[in-house]
Amino acid sequence: MKILTGNELKSGDVVWWTGYNWSRHVSDSIEVGDNVDQIIAREIAARTVNDCYIIDAERTDTGLLPVHIKEKIRATGPTVRSDLKIAPPDPAAGNWVI
Amino acid sequence: MYKYDTYDQKMVDTRVEEFRDQVERRIAGKLTEDQFKPLRLMNGLYLQLHAYMLRVAIPYGTLNGTQMRTLAHIARKYDRDYAHFTTRQNIQYNWIKLEETPDLLAELASVEMHAIQTSGNCIRNISSDQYAGAAADEVTDPRPYAELLRQWSSFHPEFSFLPRKFKFAVIASDEDRAAMRLHDIGIQIVKDGWDKVGARFYAGGGMGRTPMIAPLIREFVPIGELVSYAEAILRVYNRYGRRDNKYKARIKILVHEMGAEKFIEEVEAEFVHLQGQNIDAPAAELERIIAHFEDPAYEVGLTEDIDRSDPDFAVWLDQNVSAHKQPGYAIATISLKPIGGIPGDASSAQMDLMADLTEQYSFDECRVTHSQNIVLPYVRKADLYALWQKLDEAGLASPNLDLISDIIACPGLDYCSLANARSIPLAQKIAKRFADIDRQKELGELKLKISGCINACGHHHAGHIGILGVDRKGTENYQLLLGGSGAEDVSLAKITGPGFTEDGIVDAIETVTDIYVASREDGERFVDTYRRLGMDPFKEALYG
Repeated sequence: MKILTGNELKSGDVVWWTGYNWSRHVSDSIEVGDNVDQIIAREIAARTVNDCYIIDAERTDTGLLPVHIKEKIRATGPTVRSDLKIAPPDPAAGNWVI
Repeated sequence: MYKYDTYDQKMVDTRVEEFRDQVERRIAGKLTEDQFKPLRLMNGLYLQLHAYMLRVAIPYGTLNGTQMRTLAHIARKYDRDYAHFTTRQNIQYNWIKLEETPDLLAELASVEMHAIQTSGNCIRNISSDQYAGAAADEVTDPRPYAELLRQWSSFHPEFSFLPRKFKFAVIASDEDRAAMRLHDIGIQIVKDGWDKVGARFYAGGGMGRTPMIAPLIREFVPIGELVSYAEAILRVYNRYGRRDNKYKARIKILVHEMGAEKFIEEVEAEFVHLQGQNIDAPAAELERIIAHFEDPAYEVGLTEDIDRSDPDFAVWLDQNVSAHKQPGYAIATISLKPIGGIPGDASSAQMDLMADLTEQYSFDECRVTHSQNIVLPYVRKADLYALWQKLDEAGLASPNLDLISDIIACPGLDYCSLANARSIPLAQKIAKRFADIDRQKELGELKLKISGCINACGHHHAGHIGILGVDRKGTENYQLLLGGSGAEDVSLAKITGPGFTEDGIVDAIETVTDIYVASREDGERFVDTYRRLGMDPFKEALYG
């Protein structure tokens, strides 16, 4: 299962493709499959994101989540500063990594 | 310390406006990311795991109070109220917005700072001894020579696109507090038998995936030819360094593959070629730079006595205060390694306080160390207690300099897109395990260094105990290394064997320190015992 992620051009914030725009919450992601070249080309051309790529994800009770630890940390913020964590709807999000 | 002249200021101001234009063109779509990326990197702006990261240069780690206060202001205004001091004596901001970066750089320029050449395949920020100018054991202050090299290397057109990044360290004492021989070029300022100042050159050192200790390239270069000899080395590297494989592109690989003897031959031939071309700074220019680094206005007749009646202060005094060349003065290290804290991080409020203390107690000068601490180099002994009280109140008085909890750690997978494993949580766990200061002092000098990937920003190769984080089938795993040193007894650490889990590595460190305590002879540090016994007893205890 694949989801699409990137960094917003102006802010650099990590963002996730929702099917029609970008969200800062990974739980808003949709499955995109492998064939996303058109979306990537369009979004980069629109300068909303400076780069984007697909990653492996898995379905959980609260939506799709990255599989790899690096993308999990990217999705939730540094594991060592709870005050900097992104707060998706999942109250257990802080436990995804540690 | 060095003050910009009109040329320095103009160069930095011009670069800010140039980058402002480039950012506007990127946001307007006139530059693609592929076109823009090398431009932002030349200005220290990376895209990291969570956001843009800006690395700001702190030449040879020296700051004044106004500069430190500006760094605090930037953390508060443009970032999330904190910043991270690095192993290159620089500072990094982790949550920078592209559209705000030009304004941020303009604020830096207003206090003679910038982020130029903190990325890219160019000559990076030149590091030095954090005790420079104050140390009792130096032959002279190394910073004027670091400054001369900074000016020579800034925007040097021939060396802006080297095969790979290039790092200098300049020291001037036999005790190496800057990991000098683990740099692309390491320079020790020395005096010859006639008291003439010169430079001893080492080249081809480095950490990363292929760690190397730099061999001696030339015993003595007259100081007036410092720049031309450095240029000769850079030219040989630029000509022969590999560009086909970035993992083999550092000068250490060239020196290793060519052989030090042949490399020296090439450098000497180039040096002869450069002589007479007038590329060295005129003596008057070097004198101008040296004048910026003259001793501060020391008071004389100061007391040497220090009241040790407060036991907590006495512990800090013994651990974090070093001898000064000037009677009545001391060098004080502010630890950025509180137990359970993030090594090298400081809040805006802490940076503001350090700025105030720099002005009040240290002739308006402080230093960033490659061990991610801050040094106040010129403190009157009579002021040490008052200084300690203010540090203690702000959580900046951990008495752990060079002890096991004074851990160097890279940002690791919590911040870095290159990392394979987290470094910071591990540093926190280890510091907590060994939190008892009496236990730490009993273990003595023990340099523990953690990198979250093979690039070795956490200097794990140079740790008495080193830890390297790796990705093992999607799970963090940690390799243990023993026996490294970045000091004058430089050596590269060796891997003990199979890696450990996050909890397992903390236990493993306790195991090797137990072996040390049980086996040490009088006066031996951990690394001395390791060198005497070799790896076997440690391996046996770890793996059975």
